[in-house]
Amino acid sequence: MNARITFATAGRVLSQLRHDHRTLALMIVVPCVLISLLAWVFEGTQTFDRVGAPLLGVFPFVVMFLVTSVATLRERTSGTLERLLTMPIGKLDLLVGYALAFGLVAVVQAVVATTLAVTALGLDVAGPLWLLMVVAVLDAVLGMALGLLVSAFAATEFQAVQFMPAFVLPQFLLCGLLVPRADLDTALRWVSDALPLSYAVDAMRDIVAREDVGSGAWADLSVVLFAIVLSLALGAVTLRRRTG
Amino acid sequence: MMNNSSPGISVRELRVVRGGRPVLDGLSVDVQRGTVTGLLGPSGCGKTTLMRAIVGVQVVAGGTVEVLGRPAGSPELRRSVGYVTQAPSVYSDLTVRENLRYFAAVLGAPASDIDRVVDEVGLASHVDVVTGRLSGGQEARVSLAAALLGTPEVLVLDEPTVGLDPVLRRDLWDLFTRLADGGRTLLVSSHVMDEAQRCGRLLLMREGRILADESPDALLARTGRADVEAAFLDLVDRADAELKTERSRA
Repeated sequence: MNARITFATAGRVLSQLRHDHRTLALMIVVPCVLISLLAWVFEGTQTFDRVGAPLLGVFPFVVMFLVTSVATLRERTSGTLERLLTMPIGKLDLLVGYALAFGLVAVVQAVVATTLAVTALGLDVAGPLWLLMVVAVLDAVLGMALGLLVSAFAATEFQAVQFMPAFVLPQFLLCGLLVPRADLDTALRWVSDALPLSYAVDAMRDIVAREDVGSGAWADLSVVLFAIVLSLALGAVTLRRRTG
Repeated sequence: MMNNSSPGISVRELRVVRGGRPVLDGLSVDVQRGTVTGLLGPSGCGKTTLMRAIVGVQVVAGGTVEVLGRPAGSPELRRSVGYVTQAPSVYSDLTVRENLRYFAAVLGAPASDIDRVVDEVGLASHVDVVTGRLSGGQEARVSLAAALLGTPEVLVLDEPTVGLDPVLRRDLWDLFTRLADGGRTLLVSSHVMDEAQRCGRLLLMREGRILADESPDALLARTGRADVEAAFLDLVDRADAELKTERSRA
């Protein structure tokens, strides 16, 4: 790892985003629009308080997954990845650089969406707000890390976009938002236990419901953190200096 | 400092198989330091594969490739070898300066290098233009400029002059000659035979084999032809005839 190269990579990715105003706007605005829509759909019921906070984590997860898998695929197909790997850059410099840049965007995304949810949309959060934002950022970084990993298995942008329903929707269905995880069929429960988004959603619910965040939430967060590190490490394995 | 007595590039019995078909089958060649060596041949003859093996990004099935006395692709070489792929490999959504600033940071090259390389490829007036808005030839020169950062000892350039006008091509070849005179080793591929006259040495390649490895003058003298293109065609005919005789004997 080389701090200079890592930060240069993060700066480069941010410059690319800066030139692409529309993508940047979509990354910030889309979660806000979706969470507002959700509040409106469930107006007058308790449901928004139950699912609103977990979705604050799920939206950035999905957006970052998509953006990163396409960005990394572009890096592979344009030849810039091959050029970089002939240079004195470590694979982790590249991956952590990406993580820093998208992580920063995720912070902005989380702060904006969470602020909107608890002020204008009246989301009730019993636990500390900052922790809710931290989880949202971690969810975004998890989406990014998974996006980096699966982009290695996509040869075209069409394939990369299809990975979104393939990798993200099952996690969404099984994360406990639609049916509580405890009520799932045993086999589904096992799958749910193996998917990182389940833990992210559990942590979000805990923070919303309890004033004193229990050790359960911290355990959930450690699982998410572990999934991020694991995906980044596996992503590093898929970056090969030599190809056929 | 790298071992100075070894050749710039040394390839021995190189075998590369792609899609079940041998692209290079036991190819051996040396590239001397301080020269511009032209790698010429029809498209699909294995030029790019050979260059990728020299830069260390190609999976090889056998043989050895050494650059500056070290195995191709070793970490010590990552600052010493500049590589330009056939398709420009730069970020089309960044300006020329942003692209070069990033690659300079990765290489640890001084910031002053950016102005130098931009001048060398004649893009000083376009540094703040987004690369994707440049013409194809200009974008190719941004890619070349990135390879010149940090003044690498060895430059491997895959068709760097494709799509450029005659004036630019002459300027770039002047630059290549200057770099070689300064002691750098350049391997430049081209399928434009008239560029061959500007090389100190020529490698003519066909179907994964080296047909000729000599200076342009020696090649012309040996074949008795007036230009490299005619000489190349001569050698191809001879090689085909030899192949036929071998087959009929078998």
